[in-house]
Amino acid sequence: MSADNQKPERLEATFAFPMLYEWSIGLYGSRFFQEIMNNKRFIGIKCPGCGKIYVPPRRVCGPCFKELTELVPLSDTGVLTAFSVVNYPFIDPNTGSRRPIPYTYGYIQLDGADNIFSHIINETDLSRIKVGMKVRAVFKDRAEMKGNIEDIKYFELIR
Amino acid sequence: MDKAAIVGVAQTRYERRKKDQIFADMVFDVTRAALDDAGLTINDIDSVVTCSNDFYDGRTISGMAVGDAAGGMDKNISTVSGDGTFGAFYGLMRVLSGYKATIVVAHYKGSEGDVKITTNGMFDPIFHRFLGIEAISAAALQANAYMNLYGLTEEQFAEVSVKNHGNALNNPYAQLAMKITVADVMNSKKIADPLKLFDCCPISDGAAAIIIAGEEIAARSKKKPVWIKGVAHCCESYLLGDRDLAKPVALSEAARKAYAMAGIKNPLREIDVAEILEAFSYMEPLWLEGLGFCKPGEGATLIGKGVTGMGGRLPVNPSGGALSANPILVAGLARLIEATLQVRGEAGARQVDKVNTALAQGFNGPCGQSHCVWIIGGKK
Ligand SMILES: [Zn+2]
Repeated sequence: MSADNQKPERLEATFAFPMLYEWSIGLYGSRFFQEIMNNKRFIGIKCPGCGKIYVPPRRVCGPCFKELTELVPLSDTGVLTAFSVVNYPFIDPNTGSRRPIPYTYGYIQLDGADNIFSHIINETDLSRIKVGMKVRAVFKDRAEMKGNIEDIKYFELIR
Repeated sequence: MDKAAIVGVAQTRYERRKKDQIFADMVFDVTRAALDDAGLTINDIDSVVTCSNDFYDGRTISGMAVGDAAGGMDKNISTVSGDGTFGAFYGLMRVLSGYKATIVVAHYKGSEGDVKITTNGMFDPIFHRFLGIEAISAAALQANAYMNLYGLTEEQFAEVSVKNHGNALNNPYAQLAMKITVADVMNSKKIADPLKLFDCCPISDGAAAIIIAGEEIAARSKKKPVWIKGVAHCCESYLLGDRDLAKPVALSEAARKAYAMAGIKNPLREIDVAEILEAFSYMEPLWLEGLGFCKPGEGATLIGKGVTGMGGRLPVNPSGGALSANPILVAGLARLIEATLQVRGEAGARQVDKVNTALAQGFNGPCGQSHCVWIIGGKK
C-alpha cells in the first residue's frame, strides 16, 4: 500500500436524478390561479389592519401580524417598477428545459395592489424598456392553462 | 452584556474548486487552525455551532456531517442554516448563556452544485421559481431599482469592483485578485442588466472558523482578545415584492441597534474599517447607506470621493470583499475574521492604520432580507 497521497486522481460522485417534490398551493394560492383560469383576472387580499392589498393573496400581513380574509379583484394592468434583461441560460425547474435567452424579469406594481408582483416582460431591447412603463398581463388560452404561474404568458408593454 | 471576545480565527484559501477536500476536511483544517490561533485545545471548547445549508450541500442535516471535524464529539452542537455572521451571533448567545467557549465553523462549495438551481431554490416554489429568478437576477432587479431611485450609473458601481479586486491583491486568502479599470468592468460580459461579469462575485469553495469566548478563556488565549462591543440582526419581508429593494431597512435597524450597544454615535468618525458582504458591486454603496455611513442615495458618492479606499477615512473591504471570493455562508464569517485581523494588527499588506474599532456585516436571503452587524474593538 503506497503512502503517497499526492499522486492519485481526485474522483467525483454524481447524483443525476431529480429530487421530486409536490408543493401544496394552499387555499388563497389556489383561488388566485382559479381566478386566472376562470376569469383571466388577478385577485389580491386586503389587510384589515393597514388596508394594504397584497398580490398574490396570503393569510398574514407581516407588519400588522393580522389574518387577511377579504379577497379583492385587481386589474390586469400595472406599472413596471424594476427589471433586468437576463443574458445567461436558466434551466426551468418545472420542465428541465432551457429558457431562451435573453429574457426580461420584471417587478410589476399591479393597479389596485400595494406590493409588487413579478413576471416575465416580453421586451429584451434595453432601449425600448424603462421603469415607469405601463404593462398588461397576457394569459394563455383557457385550454392550455394548468393552474400555475405560467398560465400568465408574460406582461407586455403598453405603448 | 457580559464581556465576550473573539479569541481565535482561521479560514481556508478561497478557490473555484477544492477537489482535494470534502466538506469535513475543510472544516477540520479551519477548526485546528482557529484553535492554534487562540492557543487553545479542543478540550477548552464546550459548544459548537456549524453553518451550512442542506440545499447547497445536497444533503439533509448537513451540519451533522461536519460535527466530528469541528470537534463536536460529546459536545453541544447546533447548526445555523445561514450566513456565518448569524452563526457567530448564535455562538455569542451561547457564551453569554454560560458556555465557556464556542467554535463557529462555516463551509460551502459552490463548485459541487449548480448555483443557479440552488439559489433559485430560495424563492417561492409556487409563484417565483418557475420564472427563473435566482441570486443574480434578483440582485440585478435590486440594482435596477436602486439606480432608478437615485439616478446612479453603472460606472459608479464599477468603481467598487476595481477597488475590491485591487485590495484582494494584498489578501492571500482571496480567489480573484486583479488590477482592473472601470472600463474593464464596463466591457466585461453582460450577465443580467445592469450587472456585468466583474460586478458579480465568483463561485467559490472554502471554510472558516471563529472562536468566541467569555473572559475566563479570553484571559488565557494566545492572541490579544478582540472584544465584541455591539451586535444585532434584523429581518424584513421574505417576498421581494413586499420590500422596497432600494432601501435596506433591515440593515438600518440592525446597525442602529449594534451602534447603540457599542455606544457609537457617528459611525463614519468612530469606525476605523468596515468589512461588508458585497456579493455584487452595487451592494457596497447600498449597504454603506444602510449602515448610516452616509445619507440614502449617497453611498456611491462616498466611494467616488475615495473615502472607502485603503487611504481613505473609512477603508471598506481591505480583504477584497465578497467580489473577490464568495463562499456563501462562509462569506460573512470571512468579513468578521478580516475585521478581527484588522483590530489585531495582523492584516499584513492590507493592514489599515490604527484600527481601534471595526465593523463587519453579513446578510441572509435574497437582496439582503436579513442583516447582521458586528462592532468589535481592541479595548475591553
Ligand atoms: Zn397590515
